[in-house]
Amino acid sequence: MGNKRWPAIIATPAMRSSYDTVIIGGGGHGQATAHYLAKNHGITDVAVLEGSWIGGGNTARNTTIVRSDYLLNASFGLKNFALKLWGELSQELNFNLMYEPRGYVDLAHSDGELEHFTIRANAMRLGGAGVEILTGQALQDCVPELDLNSAARFPVAGALFQPAGGVIRHDAVAWGFARKASQAGIHIFQKTPVTKINITKDKVSSVDTPQGRINCRQVFISVAGASNQVASLAGLDLPIHSINVQAFVTEPVKPALKTVVNYNAGLSYISQTAKGEFVLGGASDGYNSFARRGSFARIEDVLARAVQMFPFLSRLRLMRHWSGTADISMDGNAIIGQTPIDGLSINCGWGYAGFKATPAVGHQMAELLANNTTPDLIKPFTYDRFANGAEIDDAGAGPYPWHH
Amino acid sequence: MLLITCPHCGPRDESEFSYGGARRIWPDHDANPDQTETAMLDWHQTLYLSPNPSGPLTEIWYHGGGCECWVEIIRNTKDHSISNRQKGRAS
Repeated sequence: MGNKRWPAIIATPAMRSSYDTVIIGGGGHGQATAHYLAKNHGITDVAVLEGSWIGGGNTARNTTIVRSDYLLNASFGLKNFALKLWGELSQELNFNLMYEPRGYVDLAHSDGELEHFTIRANAMRLGGAGVEILTGQALQDCVPELDLNSAARFPVAGALFQPAGGVIRHDAVAWGFARKASQAGIHIFQKTPVTKINITKDKVSSVDTPQGRINCRQVFISVAGASNQVASLAGLDLPIHSINVQAFVTEPVKPALKTVVNYNAGLSYISQTAKGEFVLGGASDGYNSFARRGSFARIEDVLARAVQMFPFLSRLRLMRHWSGTADISMDGNAIIGQTPIDGLSINCGWGYAGFKATPAVGHQMAELLANNTTPDLIKPFTYDRFANGAEIDDAGAGPYPWHH
Repeated sequence: MLLITCPHCGPRDESEFSYGGARRIWPDHDANPDQTETAMLDWHQTLYLSPNPSGPLTEIWYHGGGCECWVEIIRNTKDHSISNRQKGRAS
């Protein structure tokens, strides 16, 4: 039988020798940009070049969480816009993304931390987002299985609760954007790594692939973990380090957890899938890595915190485990927009926080590529902000990507 | 989990160390007392554009759980093999 009844979701056109716009990277952000170029601007003379295959990278290997609980206006604005777009996308793409706004619960472990969360909640309210601070019984009612009574090392003081936060089926995001872009006439090429970016008279002129050269007016790089390597093809240095991030899934059980919960005394975030599996993630492994092989120390660390929140988890076994390369910038925030090289734009530095912003990045980058002006929401995320001292450091952690 | 050989303490578990990132060679303060534009670009280059290779990376670790010295190693970021003569640093 061999799954032959399933039609291919993206076309396999012959590669032309010239396109107006080349998008390097067929992940969520690249495909979303292609989709919005076609939908909002009627531009379909576009090639998306993916070195691997659609749905083979970080877009389909994250913990599927969407939320917009950020303090700084720039960080909040982009993610909150994404949250609005997520709500419309299943209809727009005609692909069920299974967006479930089950609520996002961010735990504070001291009164001081809860006050800081309150500042963040108030900043979000000013930006128009719905958010509450929960303590005591209200928090227990929101997350019935959460252990608030044990003599924990880091007791829970309260939580920031964003009702619109939740989960989305991540592989559907990869396929949904790709299918819609392909239907609109945009050419998507899998297994097509870019080997060279050619610059003529200080302007991008073409890219080389194993299948031949593509002449183009502009190139957009959106390749997450491989950002430094691809940008270096154009001679561009990036303020980014690549660090390993892991995620795990337990065996499936009956529904026990509705919300997405994040533990903050050392990161551990957890949600339960529609299938019943618990999905867990944590902080990065803490040092530069392209190994895509996680350290056991981090697994133990994430699981210990998860068990502190939900003691019953100790009886479950892990079924699957992933590692991926996250590109983290020197202030922990993304770099989006034009580069010093004419005709070359980039989107990188999302670290392990990029999935939630996928449609907003696509929407804004499409506007930039179509009109050659930087839209307001991504203006703060310029490449040159590090040289200018205009970092957007939500964590206040400094130029140490492994701390973000 | 990495096993890092400290030049003073011998092979020790990664958990005894804090990561310091890629080795940075700082611009010479005294050579550019005026903070000219070139000096500022040098600082930007050193602070923000440090190397991020998929391969051997010269980096520093602080051995807080041992000799309390910074240790310089060359680690391959693809497979975590640590290849070089390890070198202690004064501070």
